[in-house]
Amino acid sequence: MPQTIAEKILSNHAGKKVYAGELCIVPVDGCMATDTTAPLAIKAFKEMGGTQLADKNKFHLIIDHAAPAPNERIANLHTLMRNFAKEYGCSLYDIGSGICHQVMVDNQKVKPGDIFMGADSHTPTYGALNAFACGVGSTDLAAVMLTGKIWLKVPQTIKVILHGKKLQLGVSGKDLVLEVVKQLTISGATYHAVEYHGEAVEQLSLSQRMVLCNMVAEMGAKTGIVSPKGLQLPYAFNPIDAEDDAVYSRVIEIDASSIQPKIAIPNSPDDVHDVSRYIGTKINYAFIGTCTNGRLDDLQAAAKILKGQKIAEGVRMVIAPASKQVLIDALQDGTIQTLIEAGATIINSGCGPCVGSHEGVPGDGEIVISAANRNFKGRMGNPNASIYLASPATVAMSALYGQITNP
Amino acid sequence: MPTSHVYGNNIDTDRIIPGKYTKTLDIASLAEHVMEDLDPDFHKKFVAGDIIAAGDNFGCGSSREQAPIALKAAGVSVVIAKFYARIFFRNAINIGLPVLEIPDHDIETGDELLVDLLAGIVKNKTKNKTYSATKMPKVMLDIMQEGGLVNYLKKNKDYILE
Ligand code: SF4
Repeated sequence: MPQTIAEKILSNHAGKKVYAGELCIVPVDGCMATDTTAPLAIKAFKEMGGTQLADKNKFHLIIDHAAPAPNERIANLHTLMRNFAKEYGCSLYDIGSGICHQVMVDNQKVKPGDIFMGADSHTPTYGALNAFACGVGSTDLAAVMLTGKIWLKVPQTIKVILHGKKLQLGVSGKDLVLEVVKQLTISGATYHAVEYHGEAVEQLSLSQRMVLCNMVAEMGAKTGIVSPKGLQLPYAFNPIDAEDDAVYSRVIEIDASSIQPKIAIPNSPDDVHDVSRYIGTKINYAFIGTCTNGRLDDLQAAAKILKGQKIAEGVRMVIAPASKQVLIDALQDGTIQTLIEAGATIINSGCGPCVGSHEGVPGDGEIVISAANRNFKGRMGNPNASIYLASPATVAMSALYGQITNP
Repeated sequence: MPTSHVYGNNIDTDRIIPGKYTKTLDIASLAEHVMEDLDPDFHKKFVAGDIIAAGDNFGCGSSREQAPIALKAAGVSVVIAKFYARIFFRNAINIGLPVLEIPDHDIETGDELLVDLLAGIVKNKTKNKTYSATKMPKVMLDIMQEGGLVNYLKKNKDYILE
């Protein structure tokens, strides 16, 4: 029987053909935890009787969610992670390395065809690399650390086809994925894999493909995977694509060439509209960064808009490059200088204010426009602030005018 | 008899326990802040052993295991939802917070419930109704029966599917 990409990758690991709905136990090619999830995972690993990692080369610790530590409590959790890495021999990416997902991709810790388990809900981001990547909780991760394996139900797959060669002016992967989130809703892909195909996808860079997979988390999906057609990587790989007549639970076709810039309004990522509907809404705070949109092309898109300009008075703009590599690249090509001259505040690479742990919590009643993936109430640390989600271009344009503005 | 406290659809983990409180191994501090953005009076109404009932997609959003841990630490005896976000569902079972998926429940706040976890049967004493939960895979039931994945792996050393 023909297979979807998820079914193929899982079959390759299970040692037999498996299809949607079946349970399987599979070896895991890589796994990671962050300063939000690692302390609990380490605790569970030890409680399970763990004395050594199943494979120390396949487990990575990243300090990114509240880094550098904002208080003594978190500082001590970071110490616990550093000590664990030393004792058990796994890699540790310390403060300033960047956001876990970007760090894994930059350092080639995940490759096409891999099964990767991350103790973070946006782990499906690596589907851009044609891998099967899932977010899990700390205890599931502890079990992977111990056994090198995980049990999974093979997911049904939703096929999303993005037609059209040319995107509208100012439209990027973020606008496309916001449209998909709108159509599928915040729970519409629960337990499913979301598989991306189509002309519009084939021409997207790795970074833009990562945006598409990143936000499958906002559809409740188990994983998101992009067809390998058009994927360019600096190394040779064995592409895994779906077979003709593979069985899908649903097929969604979107004309990407007609999509206008999109915005998700407070307080749900699936409450998506055209930016044009909200033009003129005053903003206090603009944020570009995160595993969704903190890469070089995102910063460049903002710099292109802000070059030689100044952001509006009374607006503050915070930029957190997704990783050290992104920061270095953006320094070298002048992007960072342009952004600073325009009035932006650059913070260290990491999650930054995305999850409200530190660095840039909004005030009561403030309106934030952010390039992140979630705008739940309280997400950035203050339940009395409102968060709009949009592309880096829309965020930069809005910072420039002090109000929501179409790029 | 435990009473139920009902919340709506799409209760995300940021509302169960805000990200700013998650970076800790102090379980009691998690319980203190559970549900605070959603229902500031939670601790005034909730008695240990009570039940949380919810609509669709309970626990969506972040993979933070602190969400089910906070609920368990606050004394929630079982969560009943129409369906769950997948990571939350796995996490809850893994840390020993009982969860049941009952797609057609009409539980209201204050209803008194009798729950048979392993059979997946819930009796609503107030409404005089019985609901049955969606069947879980055997491996999940086994993990739940052991009180979580730590105990399960201590005992079995590996996963057993059948
Ligand atoms: S950037 Fe935000 S969404 Fe991405 S891993 Fe960090 S906290 Fe999570």
